[in-house]
Amino acid sequence: MKLNTPIDKEKLKKLKSGDELFISGVIYTARDSAHKLLIEKINNNLPLPFDLNGAVIYYAGPSPTKPGNVVGSIGPTTSYRMDKYTPDILKQGVAILIGKGLRGLLVKESLIEHSAIYCAALGGAGALMGSKIKKITVVAFPELGPEAIFKLEVEDFPVIVVNDLNGNDIYECH
Amino acid sequence: MKKISYNKIINSIRDSIIEINCVPSSELLNKYVSAIENEDNELSKKVLRNLKENAIIAQENMIPICQDTGTAVVFLNIGTEVVIEGGYINEAIFEGVRLGYQEGYLRKSIVGNPISRINTGDNLPPIIHTNILKGDIFNIIILAKGAGSENMSALKMMSPSDGLEGIKNFVVQTVKNAGANPCPPITVGVGIGSNFEGVALLAKRALIKDILDIPVDNSITAIETDIKNKLNSLNIGPQGFGGKTSVFDVAILMEPCHIASLPVAININCHVIRHKKIIF
Ligand code: SF4
Repeated sequence: MKLNTPIDKEKLKKLKSGDELFISGVIYTARDSAHKLLIEKINNNLPLPFDLNGAVIYYAGPSPTKPGNVVGSIGPTTSYRMDKYTPDILKQGVAILIGKGLRGLLVKESLIEHSAIYCAALGGAGALMGSKIKKITVVAFPELGPEAIFKLEVEDFPVIVVNDLNGNDIYECH
Repeated sequence: MKKISYNKIINSIRDSIIEINCVPSSELLNKYVSAIENEDNELSKKVLRNLKENAIIAQENMIPICQDTGTAVVFLNIGTEVVIEGGYINEAIFEGVRLGYQEGYLRKSIVGNPISRINTGDNLPPIIHTNILKGDIFNIIILAKGAGSENMSALKMMSPSDGLEGIKNFVVQTVKNAGANPCPPITVGVGIGSNFEGVALLAKRALIKDILDIPVDNSITAIETDIKNKLNSLNIGPQGFGGKTSVFDVAILMEPCHIASLPVAININCHVIRHKKIIF
């Protein structure tokens, strides 16, 4: 299935764990340190660097872009490290999370509660994932280096649905 | 006396760091190919095809196979009859690593302090293990080690009565817990023996066993094969989506230990195998 951002959560209902999904539009990276800072902003009612409603968050930190290239390598990082922050992020209306690896129980419950899904990108395939990106810009926390929040303009960015809205999990079905 | 210039060491390390991160070895490409043939289900085959395609895109564009270009782990093996001309060897290693990560557009993934977590900006420091040898032998092994797989590693001071079965169960449980996190198909390095700090290093060295010139020991090969078969029947599969290829290899290194101890360490590497031996 193909989806454009911002995501209409109604469309996520049709997706099943194991489905391939191609996302086009804008997605934002955020990993450990960016999550910590985002949550601080949320808790203090400060403006956020991007609109989280209907957003897609990709747990990733790119390698630097070579001159003449669009982007460096940019595959997913392991998701469980973001588990602690995820329920609060989902409350803001985020629709799709992308990373790799199993999520904790609280995250799975929170995904269903907020009608959001979790998907996996190919781990260790940063060069391939980078080839689906048209443009990359830093939108927040540049001081974090690779952990900054990057805005990625993507076309048919390929992911696999891990946790669907019916509570299925591709990592646990076999 | 063998004389090697300080600059030659810097340049070789810089070039090797870039090469291991951007150019897949033919062994790695072959591992993808045989795993594709070996899998039955379409999703696993497709995942493996994509991993192979990724490695080829990286090589063609000289960009990293994986964005986590790792911590640089350096094994320095140097004989007493080797002289480094023009500088201090550890400084040459630091400079080679710094230049490699900078000029190769590799990701800087090291924070200077594990609590305050400010990025050092140059991927320094590397982790250096020095081994002083006899004669004029001089080689440096470099390993770019990603954190997703490193984080899934484990160490246990087992009881001698746990024996071989206990060791195998510990490996199986560790790999099972790791699941999709370390980007399978993985390589599992197992250290058995030594002591607390020694066994961790054994497990790390096991990950590069293929370039260590260690004579084959059939009894150890049998254990490695048995564990590998057990792990590949866990149905973790490429990227954890199920399948027959959860691990590419299991490598074991053993050393003597105390009568009261059975130290076991498991160091996990992802499918992106990145190491090289530089011989001077
Ligand atoms: S575990 Fe390895 S392949 Fe996966 S993201 Fe980390 S370095 Fe890359």
